[in-house]
Amino acid sequence: MSTDGQRREPVLELRNVDTHYGQIHILKHINVEIYPGEVVCLLGGNASGKTTTLKTILGYVRPTRGEVVVDGERVDGLLPSMVVARGVSMVPENRRLFKRMTVRENLQLGAYQRKDKDEVREDLERAYALFPRIKERLDQRAGTLSGGEQQMVAVSRALMARPKVLLMDEPSMGLSPLLVQQNFEIIQRINGQGTTVFVVEQNANMALSIADRGYVLQTGEIVLADSAKALLENPEMKRAYLGELE
Amino acid sequence: MAARFHRPDPRRTVVLGIAGGLTAVFLSAIGMVEEFIKRSLVDPEVVLGYVTIALVPFVFAYVVARPPPVREGIAPVRPGPLTLAAGAVAGLLTASVVSLFVVITTEVNVRGVLQNVSPPLLETLTFHRGVGQGVVWLLVGGTLIGAGGAAVHLIPARYRRPVVLAVVWVLIFGLLQVLIAQIFRGLKVGDTVNPFLYKGSRGLTIHGAITVWIAAFLIALSLEGQREAMRRRLAEATPAVRRNYMLVGLAVALLILAVTPQILGNFLSEVLDLAGIFLLMALGLNIVVGYAGLLDLGYVAFFAVGAYTGAVLTSPSSPEWNPAFTFWAAIPFIMVAAALAGIIVGTPVLRMRGDYLAIVTLGFGEIARILFLSDALKPYFGGAQGIIRVPNISIGPVEFVTSQDFFYIIYALAIVLIYVSWALQHSRVGRAWMAMREDETVAEVMGVNIVAAKLQAFIIGAILASLGGALFAHKIGSIFPHSFNIVVSITVLMCVIVGGMGSIPGVILGAIVLVGAPELLREFSEFKFLLYGALLIFMMQMKPEGLIPSRQRAQELHQDEAAQDAWLRREALGDTEPEPAK
Repeated sequence: MSTDGQRREPVLELRNVDTHYGQIHILKHINVEIYPGEVVCLLGGNASGKTTTLKTILGYVRPTRGEVVVDGERVDGLLPSMVVARGVSMVPENRRLFKRMTVRENLQLGAYQRKDKDEVREDLERAYALFPRIKERLDQRAGTLSGGEQQMVAVSRALMARPKVLLMDEPSMGLSPLLVQQNFEIIQRINGQGTTVFVVEQNANMALSIADRGYVLQTGEIVLADSAKALLENPEMKRAYLGELE
Repeated sequence: MAARFHRPDPRRTVVLGIAGGLTAVFLSAIGMVEEFIKRSLVDPEVVLGYVTIALVPFVFAYVVARPPPVREGIAPVRPGPLTLAAGAVAGLLTASVVSLFVVITTEVNVRGVLQNVSPPLLETLTFHRGVGQGVVWLLVGGTLIGAGGAAVHLIPARYRRPVVLAVVWVLIFGLLQVLIAQIFRGLKVGDTVNPFLYKGSRGLTIHGAITVWIAAFLIALSLEGQREAMRRRLAEATPAVRRNYMLVGLAVALLILAVTPQILGNFLSEVLDLAGIFLLMALGLNIVVGYAGLLDLGYVAFFAVGAYTGAVLTSPSSPEWNPAFTFWAAIPFIMVAAALAGIIVGTPVLRMRGDYLAIVTLGFGEIARILFLSDALKPYFGGAQGIIRVPNISIGPVEFVTSQDFFYIIYALAIVLIYVSWALQHSRVGRAWMAMREDETVAEVMGVNIVAAKLQAFIIGAILASLGGALFAHKIGSIFPHSFNIVVSITVLMCVIVGGMGSIPGVILGAIVLVGAPELLREFSEFKFLLYGALLIFMMQMKPEGLIPSRQRAQELHQDEAAQDAWLRREALGDTEPEPAK
């Protein structure tokens, strides 16, 4: 984990981003910076704008003001497929594997944008090393896997794009405590191997326990931004998000 | 642990028995039974009308008596006396409903509403014995047939399939007499075989039917044990060996195709030509619907674009402008025109999914037909008069004139397009299509350009259909707007859905059966769309993946049985420990 990342260029940056759905102002002057090697989390309750933030990064929603920058290059206004080509990939909420396709085909689709076949093969091997389970299941339909295995495939699929930054949408949503635990261990492992991760999460305790830094989003505004440790100590945070009663 | 006897659900027995009766009444009231009564399958007594009506209690009783599917945790049951009884009751109920119908319609004249409920129909249903005696015959017959349907389950598993299959083959031999007799003639054995099998045009002879049954039974029986073994051998084969199998299969298929028109003669080649043209379209629609998951109900538009472009460019009497190209010179232009049409239809519907897409494309299909029919474009496309004198296709000095000649062109193109479909399926864009079909949003997150992928599907689908259309124009020699109506779109879609969406062998089977069979079975032509509809409902309920699914599911389907075996073994050993958690 790198705390000295501040001196480097951010790999993903939202600069003063505003987003509207028609007349409704969703995101208000959002500023987020993610540096290489970090795990950063974006916390917030329902309707706080978490999902819109992800959609804005990926190009599903065009910001009305501000810039989205990936590795020094502006990506706002590009199609999702072009944003992905510039090094952003995502593990969607509830995994959303291609259930009727095999595990192998799921992984191949993760590398859809890549032309470097030899390196894709290397990355496949890396995925097997990371999750040996996957290799046993390669020719099985993804829908027949257990929840934990599906999560491994979803993460591997996103990693197959060799992303500069990996977005994770609600990795704890709708999962049993054991699987949530397993999920966050996966995040730590892939971060340990050098992947930068941006986690969008409601479960603040869990997310902060593995993150370097965190942002707190409330009705479209960033109300807190600090290191994970500081956020865990923050009294306001404790009251509103960490479920501790005074 | 001895298996218990199966006890069919009484309520289900009653419900299905009555449903069977209503089905039989329906088939009678729409005139099917009367229409079919003239067609003899086996001389002298087995006529299609009675076979149809007898099949109803047979099938319903079979379903009633079917033991529950094998599932983990449920001990299997075996069919017993109650199975037979349930089948008999269902058959009796079916016959009772029919009897009631006969009695009522004898007393009350319903012909004002149900035109086909005629005195001859009632005579048919009472076996020309009057109402009183006829009803007794109906009830006794229904009960026996119902018991017979249930008795299928009592046949030892090893023989069950062969026995039933052999009966089906006898019926097929009777139904497709024209085709089969012609095949024997084509093979130069018609003079000896046909008089033995068939009695004039009155269907099979008795000894012919028995011979067919025995032969089919023996073949099915010998194949029964080997099916599993063959599948296993194929699954275990190395890629090189599998490729050899494929090459041998391909060679055999080509050989059969090469001699088919000569054996089948002109009329049957004509039928296969039509099926082939629909196959070309179905291969194209399979890309749009099967691979990319875009439901297109106006596919006929592209067929029409191909036919009209081809006709305008090649016919010496096309209005306004007639370069009188050869077919081969016109092909590039046809493909470009189709691609443009694909873009025109594809662009406005890019943002639509599912139902909306289907409705909009339906509109485009009609627009295309109306444009070709319109007075505004009459100078170019001839309006209702269409375009005539589309020349034959020729290669150098060889001109393709008869339907036997055309067979080679159509199926040569089909082979090319099958290869193209196969290559696309395994290409990068093929993967993108399938991902898009499964989950458009996530496909986009994987970096698939949805706009491009959709347009590619529309364009390639359009080009395939246009080639079919062009061949159609040359084959018929003249084209008119009314040939390009929605029925074409629906028929092609049927081929894809019934065959198996995304499955090339499925689409081939679908086109040959759904387009070819109605041409051969003239009795059915009046009921073609009724049967299409019924088939579609049946397929969606029972086999939504199609006749030949795009991926072998055998393994998955057998997992249930394996799990039950494992469970039974544990029971037998008295092993009460739960299975270790994964």
